[in-house]
Amino acid sequence: MVILALGTYAQESSMVRVEGGEYLPLYGSLDEPVKVTPFYLDIYPVTNAQFLDFVREEDRWQKDRPIRLYADEAYLSHWSGPADLGNSHPQAAVTNVSWFAAKAYCEWAGKRLPSVDEWEFAAMAGEDQYDARTQEEYNQYILRWYESSKSFLNPIGTGMKNVYGIHDLHGLVWEWTYDFSSILLTNEFRKGGNADNNLFCGASSVGATDLMNYGAFMRYAFRSSLKARYTSRNLGFRCAKDINDLEQ
Amino acid sequence: MKNFSMNFRSMDLLTILFLVVAALILVSCEVKKKPTDTTQIRVTGTMDAELTDPPHVPPPVGNREAMRVKVELEIIEQEGVMVDGTRYLYWTFGGTVPGSFIRTRVGDKVEFHLQNHPDNKLPHNIDLHAVTGPGGGAESSFVAPGKEVVFSFKTLNPGLYVYHCAVAPVGMHIGNGMYGLILVEPEGGLEPVDREYYVMQGDFYTEGSYGERGLQAFDMTKAINENPDYVVFNGSVGALNNENALTAKVGETVRLFVGNGGPNLVSSFHVIGEIFDKVYVEGGSMVNENIQTTLIPAGGAAIVEFKVEVPGTLIMVDHSIFRAFNKGALGMINVTGDDDDRIFTGTQMEGIYLPEGGSIQTLPGSGESEQELASNLDERIKFGADVYKRTCAACHQLNGDGLPNAFPPVRNSDYLNADIGRAIQTVLDGLSGEITVNGVTYNSIMPGQNLSDEEVANVLTYITHEMDNNPVEVTPEMVRAERDKS
Repeated sequence: MVILALGTYAQESSMVRVEGGEYLPLYGSLDEPVKVTPFYLDIYPVTNAQFLDFVREEDRWQKDRPIRLYADEAYLSHWSGPADLGNSHPQAAVTNVSWFAAKAYCEWAGKRLPSVDEWEFAAMAGEDQYDARTQEEYNQYILRWYESSKSFLNPIGTGMKNVYGIHDLHGLVWEWTYDFSSILLTNEFRKGGNADNNLFCGASSVGATDLMNYGAFMRYAFRSSLKARYTSRNLGFRCAKDINDLEQ
Repeated sequence: MKNFSMNFRSMDLLTILFLVVAALILVSCEVKKKPTDTTQIRVTGTMDAELTDPPHVPPPVGNREAMRVKVELEIIEQEGVMVDGTRYLYWTFGGTVPGSFIRTRVGDKVEFHLQNHPDNKLPHNIDLHAVTGPGGGAESSFVAPGKEVVFSFKTLNPGLYVYHCAVAPVGMHIGNGMYGLILVEPEGGLEPVDREYYVMQGDFYTEGSYGERGLQAFDMTKAINENPDYVVFNGSVGALNNENALTAKVGETVRLFVGNGGPNLVSSFHVIGEIFDKVYVEGGSMVNENIQTTLIPAGGAAIVEFKVEVPGTLIMVDHSIFRAFNKGALGMINVTGDDDDRIFTGTQMEGIYLPEGGSIQTLPGSGESEQELASNLDERIKFGADVYKRTCAACHQLNGDGLPNAFPPVRNSDYLNADIGRAIQTVLDGLSGEITVNGVTYNSIMPGQNLSDEEVANVLTYITHEMDNNPVEVTPEMVRAERDKS
């Protein structure tokens, strides 16, 4: 119990408080901005080393253990054994984990996965601004990251550091969110132009002023290609925590 | 009995007549019958499609039946070289730009496996223009990295079709190289030729300018403004040049399957040194002949055929010419074999061309006949008249009166009569500046004349005798003397 409490404490110091507020996400209507209540978010994505600690204790989540309902065939395929990282960098973000595995980790750590809104709200911050979405540098950074290959091999901290002090929301790996599948996206991106059609309205007609939407489009597109049991070499996660929990 | 036989025979004739007429009607109906409903073509058996990397194509379908064809196409995001020193992260179908060539025939049932390599960052899909169905397959083929998706479609129309990724932003996916060609051959296959090749044009947009070193990122603003840095065949500058050139032998018929992935530019496709004997316009069934340059729309294709008759290097270009010479839209076809002077000789002669004055220019030792020399005064005057007409009359007029305010008279000219030596020098060296002739001032330029001593002597003698001047005979020796003075 003591160890667990210490562990939890150590993990909290690696989180940062995000004040929240209102923002207009990529989808949705101009009349109803989305409200985000304050929350804590991990400064870094969960690493291979941290995930190793987790599977040592919760061995049902070791490589080759979870049934296919909870993780697909590529689960932890970059590790060389159930409790052996092999050549994988301990400080690289853990990837090849399914939503079920990520959720289980966060619960083990006394936390939870962030919601899409929480994640997007924190991620719209750039190096200097809380909302950098119209900033050219911010968008260029994201687009350049899409062009770079194998960034999943890099250790945490090599991505963007934003004004909250949170690292790697951009520039390292995609990240699981709690309600990733709540935005329905059809496979056909070219229909629409219809204002009621949430996500794909701008797909084929995005102009230069909508540069900020490319980054977001990619993320929503990626999320909608996932199922909860899927794993991907480019997909990791980080955890969040409610403010109330902490203050109790 | 008799009645019966008679009836039988007349019935026989009638029957035959009826049958003949019916046959004729049926035959004409056959001719007017509508084309095959390709949705009804039956498939027999299964085969794995053989996909090829550009510029090569799989073997022709020939006479085979329509079959169930399994296609496996893998998407790989990988770094490549755009031009020496410049790297680019290409998104590819099958590891190449353009993507693998898919060859089918009309009526095939294609079972399409789209595979997204696990190391890729992004989800992709595919829209094949040969597909009749939502999104051309895009709606059914959205696939995450590390996953495979399968959908099937029947090829209903023959032709050469583009395929490309259609995930948002579509222009970016296409702009990074996600396009290729799928050929649907008609029943019985295309006419056989000696060589077939796969060429596809595309425009690329990078943050840096043409040739800027390092890994270049895609530039969305330039793409929206349709202002590419690179326009290339088969994915990079020089992909079809020098050691990568296509090859053919004199006498062979070459067929090019040419696509244009865009994303933006239309191509004016031309092969320098050849004419397309046949163009399957826009990759369809209409065949045009004797075409120099054919338009290939973005997201479109064409099939061109030509017989190569002489050796040399043929150059494929987009004839919107700055793209060819400044952005890379240039590829080569090396044709080897024997020369044929009947068709093309190369340079036959080189010579000098000097367009000066009314005098005849000749090359040294060109074999012109020796000038005829005047043997007496009358001949001199007669020859002089010829020289005057072709050399002097243009300005001084046929009657020698000149033009007021422009050219002084040579008829009855005090200036000329005052000093015959000066007159000779004027013809030899020209004259400029102010002079007064018969009380009138002229300020003009007369060029020196490229005439021989004989000719100068002749023309001046003509002027002095036939134009109201002092009838002095000017001899070639006098001209020589004046020439030696200067």
